[in-house]
Amino acid sequence: MTAGDPPLLAVEQVTKRFRGLTAVAEVSFTVPGGAIVALVGPNGAGKTTLFNMISGVFRPTVGAIRLDGRDLVGLDPARVCRLGVGRTFQLVRPFPALTVLDNVLIGGLVHGDGVAAARARAWHELDRLGLAGLAARLAASLTLPERKLLELARALATGPRLLLLDEVLAGLRPTEVDQLVAVLRGLNQALGITILMVEHVMRAVMALSDRVVVLDHGVKIADGAPATVVADPRVIESYLGVEEP
Amino acid sequence: MMAAPDPARRGRLLFGGFALVLAVWPLGIDDAYLVSVAITMLWFAAVGQAWNLMMGFAGQLSLGHTLYVGLGAYTAAALYVHFGIGPWIGVWAAVAVAAAAGAVIGGLGFRFGVRGVYFALLTIAFAEFTRIGFDHLDWLGGSAGFFLPLDHDGALPWADLRGPPLLFYYLLLAYTLGLFLLCRAVIARPLGYRWRAVREDQEAAAASGINVFRTKLAAAVMSAALTAPAGVIQAFYYNNLFPDQAFAMHRSIEMILAPIVGGIGTLFGPILGAVVLTPLGEALTLGLEALAIDLPGLKQTVYGVLLVVIVLRLPSGVWPPLARRLGLGDAATRTPDR
Repeated sequence: MTAGDPPLLAVEQVTKRFRGLTAVAEVSFTVPGGAIVALVGPNGAGKTTLFNMISGVFRPTVGAIRLDGRDLVGLDPARVCRLGVGRTFQLVRPFPALTVLDNVLIGGLVHGDGVAAARARAWHELDRLGLAGLAARLAASLTLPERKLLELARALATGPRLLLLDEVLAGLRPTEVDQLVAVLRGLNQALGITILMVEHVMRAVMALSDRVVVLDHGVKIADGAPATVVADPRVIESYLGVEEP
Repeated sequence: MMAAPDPARRGRLLFGGFALVLAVWPLGIDDAYLVSVAITMLWFAAVGQAWNLMMGFAGQLSLGHTLYVGLGAYTAAALYVHFGIGPWIGVWAAVAVAAAAGAVIGGLGFRFGVRGVYFALLTIAFAEFTRIGFDHLDWLGGSAGFFLPLDHDGALPWADLRGPPLLFYYLLLAYTLGLFLLCRAVIARPLGYRWRAVREDQEAAAASGINVFRTKLAAAVMSAALTAPAGVIQAFYYNNLFPDQAFAMHRSIEMILAPIVGGIGTLFGPILGAVVLTPLGEALTLGLEALAIDLPGLKQTVYGVLLVVIVLRLPSGVWPPLARRLGLGDAATRTPDR
């Protein structure tokens, strides 16, 4: 990467304070276009807060967040989405009383070319994620893995360049994790979608990510290749746990 | 299954038949009482439909919709009485005034994140202080009432709505059916989908690129605007307006019963609710009279109990289960084939 070629996402010296509590402190990292970067750390490390700042839900107290060089700070979530950032939620939030098809269709409306085009886009994403058979079901009637896929389909229908996945693998069985890992890898390789994922399932993190950023108490304590990061003594101490002698 | 009839087509046929019955029955039965009951029924079907646009589709609870009825009624009546401007032009002014009021309430509430019950309280507050304001507005009669002249010089009763009840019946029928078709068209458009997304989950809607504020504001403005003609019709039908009636809070509650009983968030629910509730109320009145029971409040009590039973037994309203039984979907919830 040269100086004239900015990373897709750049988080620069970002701090978020809630009253007295500092949730995220001077965190900087970048996500190059086409990469899969994992954001890990113990509960309360500030991962979801960071996600909420990138997607425009929270405004950073200090710092800049740039997408392709453009500062996102101060933009609302809808604008951030329209600029090409799709997200899923830690606690899945499909539109429960709507059908699977309509859930994804709504994501596809962001392109502004009407309902028919959005519906075609929705079918396309449902096919891609193997949800087409559930199209007429209400989202509320789906199982957790299905709802996670649905949320992913809805985010994909917005046509993101950057996908923020907040613990999309949590609560899934190992076989389901493997299936979703394959789907994510496919999205990254076939569509070139850049992925930033908050994840606790270390097996998936190791399998998927090009880089791992570790947060602890709101501070970045490691940033590097997965194998390097998991060998870092500070990471082991704070997150992976110290082995009993 | 290839043999299964297309529910959309069946729905259109049944709705066409329903509309035809409503259009034709008064020709055979010339009964002033039945016409007056039917007028009440259609009036509530129409305002219920307009309210449902905001609550049923966009998920924003208004308990002050009588404000838009009252503003519509007073605007058209004032133009008629003070400036000689007829209702067909006045209705557009009424719509504009109500839309502006909807924009103010929605704009304030949604800009400052007032949600749910608190938003509903805001709508009540606006309706109430408007009522008090009109009580003291001498130009429009104040609390003593505002009256429309009954005399009619022209030969065309349609021109300034100085005609028999049947004229108002057909006017309301056109308004109700027009509103139904308009709502059906809107919810099939991107705006309608955005409304439902915001209704279901505001944060997830925003994360899907939806401008939540504008989406909710559009619902509040449209709902207010579409309610105003009901006020105009009311003013020219009854020929008198009192702030205590035009802006009455109990009227706001009455207005939302039909869509709740018929099915919130469905297209046919508000109409069906009015078809069920208005005759039910009338039948209670007649029944108690026939039994020579004269106990104040008994009608309201029985009516209330019946409402509770309907809502408890059919929490999603009468229409969704009925639609399933008829082999129909409601266009608001139907999933089209690929």
